[in-house]
Amino acid sequence: MKIHEYQAKELFAKYEVPVPKGFVARNPEEARAAADKIGTFPVVVKAQIHAGGRGKGGGVKLAHSQEELASLTEAMLGMRLVTPQTGAGGQEVKKVLVEQGLDIEKELYLSLILDRNTAGIVIIASEAGGMDIEEVAEATPEKIVRVGVNPLLGIQPFHCRRIAFGLNLPAEAGKECMQLVAALYRLFVDYDCSLAEINPLVLTRDRRVLALDAKINFDGNGLFRHKDLAAFRDLDEEDPLEVEASKYGLNYIKMDGNVGNMVNGAGLAMATMDLIKQAGAEPANFLDVGGGASAEMVENGFRIILGDTNVKGILINIFGGILRCDVLAQGVVQAASALGLKVPVVVRMEGTNVEQGRRILAESGLDLRTAEDLKDAAAQVAEIVA
Amino acid sequence: MSIFVNKDTRVVVQGITGREGRFHTRQCVEYGTRVVAGATPGKGGRDMDGIPVFDTVQEAVERQGANCSLIFVPPPFAADAILEAGDAGIEVVVAITEGIPVLDMLKVKNYLTGRQTRLIGPNCPGIISPGTAKVGIMPGAIHKSGGPFGVVSRSGTLTYEVVHQLTGQGLGQTTCLGIGGDPVIGTDFIDCLQAFEDDSQTEGIVMVGEIGGDAEENAAAFVKERVSKPVIGFIAGLTAPPGRRMGHAGAIVSGKSGTAQGKIEAMEAGGIRVCRNLGELGELCARVVRES
Repeated sequence: MKIHEYQAKELFAKYEVPVPKGFVARNPEEARAAADKIGTFPVVVKAQIHAGGRGKGGGVKLAHSQEELASLTEAMLGMRLVTPQTGAGGQEVKKVLVEQGLDIEKELYLSLILDRNTAGIVIIASEAGGMDIEEVAEATPEKIVRVGVNPLLGIQPFHCRRIAFGLNLPAEAGKECMQLVAALYRLFVDYDCSLAEINPLVLTRDRRVLALDAKINFDGNGLFRHKDLAAFRDLDEEDPLEVEASKYGLNYIKMDGNVGNMVNGAGLAMATMDLIKQAGAEPANFLDVGGGASAEMVENGFRIILGDTNVKGILINIFGGILRCDVLAQGVVQAASALGLKVPVVVRMEGTNVEQGRRILAESGLDLRTAEDLKDAAAQVAEIVA
Repeated sequence: MSIFVNKDTRVVVQGITGREGRFHTRQCVEYGTRVVAGATPGKGGRDMDGIPVFDTVQEAVERQGANCSLIFVPPPFAADAILEAGDAGIEVVVAITEGIPVLDMLKVKNYLTGRQTRLIGPNCPGIISPGTAKVGIMPGAIHKSGGPFGVVSRSGTLTYEVVHQLTGQGLGQTTCLGIGGDPVIGTDFIDCLQAFEDDSQTEGIVMVGEIGGDAEENAAAFVKERVSKPVIGFIAGLTAPPGRRMGHAGAIVSGKSGTAQGKIEAMEAGGIRVCRNLGELGELCARVVRES
């Protein structure tokens, strides 16, 4: 799960990770009040959308007066901000963060990530802040400091020292940085984060260290133990069909093609999308109804796929193991009868009770086309949408 | 022959009294697996279809000689269940549970390092040595005993698809296992490749990967150096959009890393025969057998 910068900074403040004084605003009046509370100009106005690279798209601006703040906020709210991460359509800005402007001496980089290979938490820091860290790592790997932490041990002072000295900070600021790293680690493990990134982390001219930006992603599997994070979810940032699918416990990701597909199991679902593409068509979605899907899940899956008006044909690919093919076939017939078959549907199923399943489909009187095997299934669908 | 589970495997099912635990225990027993105990805290002293249930895994080990555990415990308690099995000296722990927090798994993985316990999963279908033992949730009937192929995969139903195609070609399997779709798992591709390489009955290996991480790249380098048997590969997720979690928690392309294309290239460079079209995997395996 992703959250906004201002929400991440709320969590930072709670853990005493220093952040600039700032307030979120949904309209120019709130922006004015925010600037009043900050008390000094200039202030920074930052568009709050989930995608990164906001500065490049004009989503971060400096205001030197209430008048300038009013016009900037007016222009930014409601605009569709296009960044390298949003895609061409951009993302509508519904909130801005108004923040105290700082006198910056140096921009740094700091992040914590889960490292699947070492089964540890890795702290990454760099003196080259404010840039794309992957590019820094590629061009100047010597500017990256990586410190691995064993989660059974937890963060130790020496880990923090390695980061602070690695960033070449002056003495007092180095101490602040060490505290900041330890605090960020606590936040990371307390909230089951998968990423906590500060880019840039800044050293100000008066030698303070603050998080100028803040990005936190949470491990979806850990959300059940952090009920308070539910308030941070912003449905405006998600695709409406994906939100709908999540209500049914379905794993759905919308894509740009026109072949809808429904599969049991994530790996087989990805492989089915690839097959559609190899047959010369484009998948409209990823939809995993689960290894042990029920007839009801199948019906809900149908509903979601048909909610996408681009869909011109549907491929159902189910490998019946625990879920028997006859049960699945009944589900498909039930869903197709209830929702109506607006587009051609090709069904490929295999596994337990497959003969009974095929008979149920054939005898349903519905226009459900049965595929012999995977290649045949993909070819049939590609033909339909060609 | 087989890897990791065989006729001496004595299974304790953790979470045997739950709906899923009960269902799959029966399926395993029906297949011929020796399920010797169940473990559910607070239900000790009862039985499930005559299988004695204990409060702790330790008791199942001491009283019934369990050496393998199969875990159906819900995500909030699953990491603890794996740790309990490891602490009790269980040799092979198969964790089916999907949805365990990654941080919990980091701790589990570090705890198990250097111990005798092999963890398979989590978020996996388990392991089957056809005709001998099934410790998992896969449909037993699609498998064919006797080899020559070993199958290792990050997926569930995709593995069934692969096995189905092999069996359809008349090609049996020595052992098939899913190592799990999570970012942090126990047994990895390399462990399985090594075991299949050492298993005399296995003559070829099918390796099914997907986007995310670099396990396939590392496995490819290992194959090049240490595996003499033919390896056939498949990667799911060529069409997956970057930055999105494709069902499995570990299946995500981040930046330039973890892409299907990159994995396929690395595998081919390692001498693995990569099948591009899933519909043709069984045929390719048959061709490899004919050639060798």
